[in-house]
Amino acid sequence: MQEFLQQIVNGLTIGSVYSLVALGYTMVYGILKMINFAHGELFMIGGYLGLSLVAAFGLAAAVSSPVLGLIIVFFLVAGLAALIGALVERVAYRPLRRSSRLAPLVSALGASIFLQNAIMLIYGTGYKVYPDNLVPNVTWTLGGVEISLIRLLILGLSLFLMALLYFLVQKTQLGAAIRASALDHDTARLMGIDVDKIVTLVFIIGPALGAAAGIMVGLYYRQINFTMGWAYGLRAFTAAILGGIGNIPGAMVGGLLLGLFESLAAGYISAAWKDAITFFILILILILRPTGLLGERVAEKV
Amino acid sequence: MRNKLWPNSPLWLGILGATALIFPFAANDYWVTVANFFGIYSLLGLSLNIIVGYAGLFNLGHAAFYAVGAYTTAILNTRVHLPILLLLPVSALMAAVFAYVITRPILHLRGDYLAIVTIGFGEIVRIALNNNPLELTGGPNGIFGIGRPVVFGFILRQPWHYYFLIWTLVLLTILALRRLETSRIGRAWNYIREDDLAAEAMGINTTSLKLLAFVLGAALAGVAGNLYATSMTVIAPESFTFWESVVMFSIIVLGGPGSIPGVFVGTLGMFVLPELFRQFAQARMLVFGAAMMAMMIFRPEGLWPSQHWRRAVAEEEEKAPPGPGSGEKAGLAGGTARGE
Repeated sequence: MQEFLQQIVNGLTIGSVYSLVALGYTMVYGILKMINFAHGELFMIGGYLGLSLVAAFGLAAAVSSPVLGLIIVFFLVAGLAALIGALVERVAYRPLRRSSRLAPLVSALGASIFLQNAIMLIYGTGYKVYPDNLVPNVTWTLGGVEISLIRLLILGLSLFLMALLYFLVQKTQLGAAIRASALDHDTARLMGIDVDKIVTLVFIIGPALGAAAGIMVGLYYRQINFTMGWAYGLRAFTAAILGGIGNIPGAMVGGLLLGLFESLAAGYISAAWKDAITFFILILILILRPTGLLGERVAEKV
Repeated sequence: MRNKLWPNSPLWLGILGATALIFPFAANDYWVTVANFFGIYSLLGLSLNIIVGYAGLFNLGHAAFYAVGAYTTAILNTRVHLPILLLLPVSALMAAVFAYVITRPILHLRGDYLAIVTIGFGEIVRIALNNNPLELTGGPNGIFGIGRPVVFGFILRQPWHYYFLIWTLVLLTILALRRLETSRIGRAWNYIREDDLAAEAMGINTTSLKLLAFVLGAALAGVAGNLYATSMTVIAPESFTFWESVVMFSIIVLGGPGSIPGVFVGTLGMFVLPELFRQFAQARMLVFGAAMMAMMIFRPEGLWPSQHWRRAVAEEEEKAPPGPGSGEKAGLAGGTARGE
């Protein structure tokens, strides 16, 4: 039982990271009906930029735990990633808005290769390591289950960001514009919504959340690599499908569920086959319930 | 237009054929090896072209079929000592059966969803190979000591030996595919790609024809896998990653989907060109990614499109309603017009 609960805690932690990245996929899909293959790279770039800023600010050498510094790092990295995200949309996707479905797919793969190699050229091929004293290494034991501070922080911050996004999309006028654009571009335009601006906005919010997740992974596992965008991106995408792609609460639930699945599969079935099981679940969902768990809106026609 | 684009005048073919025959004797082993890989990747491109170009099914997991072919050859050759050339059809058959089994339940998926499921299958195959099920695949180290093909008692060892084996198969494939393109099946694939509901209404059995595209494509990829295994004599899961599938997919899209000469142009761009720029080792992939984006923006129909696809792209642009972004559209259409 203790082990089971421990796996649940682990799963929720990593699952909340998947949720944050999945939101970027699902929002872009909701509005443009395209898979933004470059999104995983923005998550990875977030991890690298975070590391650079932590080093630049000398946070590791700070006497007390550098809370304020970390918050600034989060904001700066989110802003920079949003800038890169909006740039990618402008350069690689917007000119292809009306072309066949193949073109954006390939362009997205090209953007992904470009960003990944840009980071590799800047930072080198090896693993980069986050300093270990950014978050105090505090662990509470609750009925035999170990809960560390970093896990609580990741879970709490992710849930906070998700709640913020949910509020933005469901309760504000801007959110209404986003939802309207996702339903029908032309009608939204007739209602006076600048759809291009909304698309840019989505490419700002998604990468900002993804980049925050990148820093979290850096703080949690402490190792980052330029190829990690692909691995996390694919799992996050699975999470988005699991919840029902295009559906924002779906991505949140999907991410948490996938995290749970994964850590239970690793704990009770086999760690080596963990990823294969994840993909198997993805395929099973697409065959049996292509709308996902919470999904209603799904691309029917090519 | 077709006559202008397809080099089927006897003069052209003669020059091309003579160059191909002289090449392995004029070039050094390194370049002959590059030419061999050019052949293997062209074969993979041609095989994926059946699925993506003809039938319009997005397959981003083609490396899985390639892997099944290569591992079938490797396992049966190193364990049971079956000759390589006998394993050529066996590998094709295994890859085809594998394709049948995995694609049967996913054929109803469309577009991006199919792409995602095939990515999933590709990754599952790679992970499975890595995990060494039943001690068969050798885990991350793979399988080594794969034999050489024997033709009438002559053992193929040198790169130029393989050159002739590989390119003979490529040539046979081209001839077969050109017949297939214009056959009843090829035309049915065209209809399915353009509108599979309408095709179904016309009495085309879309499910079995889509399945056929996957099975044929996989069989051909299995052949490529066999050739790869024997020319390398060692294979490992890292040769069958998602990246390989992306390269194959990009070959099709860069060259122009559904176009046989396009596959070769695409392979030149995706495989041979990066090879030429190997001295710029690391930066070349950066340029490569940028080139993929630029290509889609300025020439979305591919470098050497089939006539059919070219028309489809042009129509798509005419249909585009005015609105924000139409300015860029006009520029894009202008670019295409110049291209033609």
